[in-house]
Amino acid sequence: MRRNGPLALIFHTIFVIVMVAPILVVCLVAFTPEGYLSLPTNGFSLRWFRTIANYPEFIHAFWVSLGLGALSSFVALLFAVPAALAIARYRFRGRDALAALFLSPLMIPHVVLGIAFLRFFTSAGMGGSFAALIIAHVIIVFPFALRLTLAAAIGMDLSVEMAAVSLGAGGWTLFRRVTLPLILPGVISGWALAFIQSFDDLTMTVFLAAPGTETLPVRMFLYIQDNIDPLVTSVSACVIAITMTALILLDRFYGLDRVLAGKGDTGR
Amino acid sequence: MSTAAEERSARAPWVLTAPALMLFVGVLLIPLAMTVMLSFHDWGQYKGIEPVFILKNWREIATDPYYAEMFGRTFRIAILTTLLTAVLGAPEAYILNRMSGRWKSFFLLIILGPLLISVVARTLGWALLFGGNNGLVNKLLMSFGLIRSPIPFMFTETGMVVALAHVMMPFMVLSVWAALQRLDPQIENAALSLGARPMTIVRRIIMPQIMPGVLSGAIIVFSLSASAFATPAIIGGRRLKVAATLAYDEFLNTLDWPLGAAVATLLLAALVLIVVGSNALIERRYAEVFR
Repeated sequence: MRRNGPLALIFHTIFVIVMVAPILVVCLVAFTPEGYLSLPTNGFSLRWFRTIANYPEFIHAFWVSLGLGALSSFVALLFAVPAALAIARYRFRGRDALAALFLSPLMIPHVVLGIAFLRFFTSAGMGGSFAALIIAHVIIVFPFALRLTLAAAIGMDLSVEMAAVSLGAGGWTLFRRVTLPLILPGVISGWALAFIQSFDDLTMTVFLAAPGTETLPVRMFLYIQDNIDPLVTSVSACVIAITMTALILLDRFYGLDRVLAGKGDTGR
Repeated sequence: MSTAAEERSARAPWVLTAPALMLFVGVLLIPLAMTVMLSFHDWGQYKGIEPVFILKNWREIATDPYYAEMFGRTFRIAILTTLLTAVLGAPEAYILNRMSGRWKSFFLLIILGPLLISVVARTLGWALLFGGNNGLVNKLLMSFGLIRSPIPFMFTETGMVVALAHVMMPFMVLSVWAALQRLDPQIENAALSLGARPMTIVRRIIMPQIMPGVLSGAIIVFSLSASAFATPAIIGGRRLKVAATLAYDEFLNTLDWPLGAAVATLLLAALVLIVVGSNALIERRYAEVFR
């Protein structure tokens, strides 16, 4: 294959700079010592990170996001693992339709989901509750949990299971001692990707969250609507740092290209 | 005659998928159906939502030019964003694919990583870079002599398209990247040995083969841009509305839920039609590639 020429490398350099610039700028401004937004900033201070402590609503929103992401991804897996095993192993009527239904939350705009859930949970008397948020998030992270579990289940060596069956294992023991350990890397990666999706969702959650159940993206969004100041940049920098950590772990553990390749199929 | 074991294995997939199926019917299909129903209900400032069946909301959307303008803006922004990501993302994926192993995975991480970083944080970054008439972007463009006077980015469609293209770019790069993986690198060498010039190779060999990737990337970018919320809300401000931000306003500010539901239903229907339609077109046109 031919190498990249100088023109291609110039294009590539500009492209990468533009891709990174907005994220870098947020992180840089977060360290400003000034009381206002200044770009370029001179000096370095942790002032705005300390200021976060004076805004308990941001800290509370952070815990809501963390709990919501962890819990909804876990619940989604409880439903997704058996479904993935069924889709991976059996050929049955309605299999394709079921798979399409389970992946459909990827195709439905999150605004529409937000509206549908708002209407649904308000009529059920659960409007603004944490339980409603969890159920809604289970639905939106389900495709990610299902996909990675499915990939692991399809790649699994069935002869190991047969050996276990021949030795008298069955039912729950078979699942717990043989099947689950074999698909565990896929399940954990599915959980991590689902967590990131839940942790980052704004569009659907903004319809459902009430004061007290606001997630971090919702709190940040509502704050930005009123004013943009260095405080939101320091909060954003923290969010970016958390996501980056999860990303690096995911890359080490499973390979980021594989995770993201699953995400690229959203429109299909 | 079927044995007990066969019967069990016929039932097994349904037993395993039943919980998820019940969850999806109960908490996804029913709420969606309720939203479509809601769009036919009546609403008044004092009486609230009235569960009757009327076409009032749909008639309002069809006749009031405000909605035509808003949907026009929504789809105009989505189309421009899609074009921008295709024109810049496809060459970048090609360049990336020609890099050597270590650089390739490093830059892939840099370009795809933002996909998983909060959209609010990414859009905030653009708001900071745009920042009024003397924002960093304008200063840079002027110092390079690319523009004479500052371009207004904040609260304009231009700014929305730039920020949205940044948010959506990873999807396009990823999609073209996937198409490039199916391409045999020897074909390029074969063309080269037959005396084809680099531009000819790109135009006659590479382009036709990655086109399905560009198109399926375009469908993803288009449908996500047309329903985007955070970026238009932050960059566009309160006046420049798109479908998603208008629906949000109707639901949480005006409280006219039936009208908001109608806007959302229309957006969903339009997107499903466009996505399913263009998928079918692409698959027929490029049947040989997908086989």
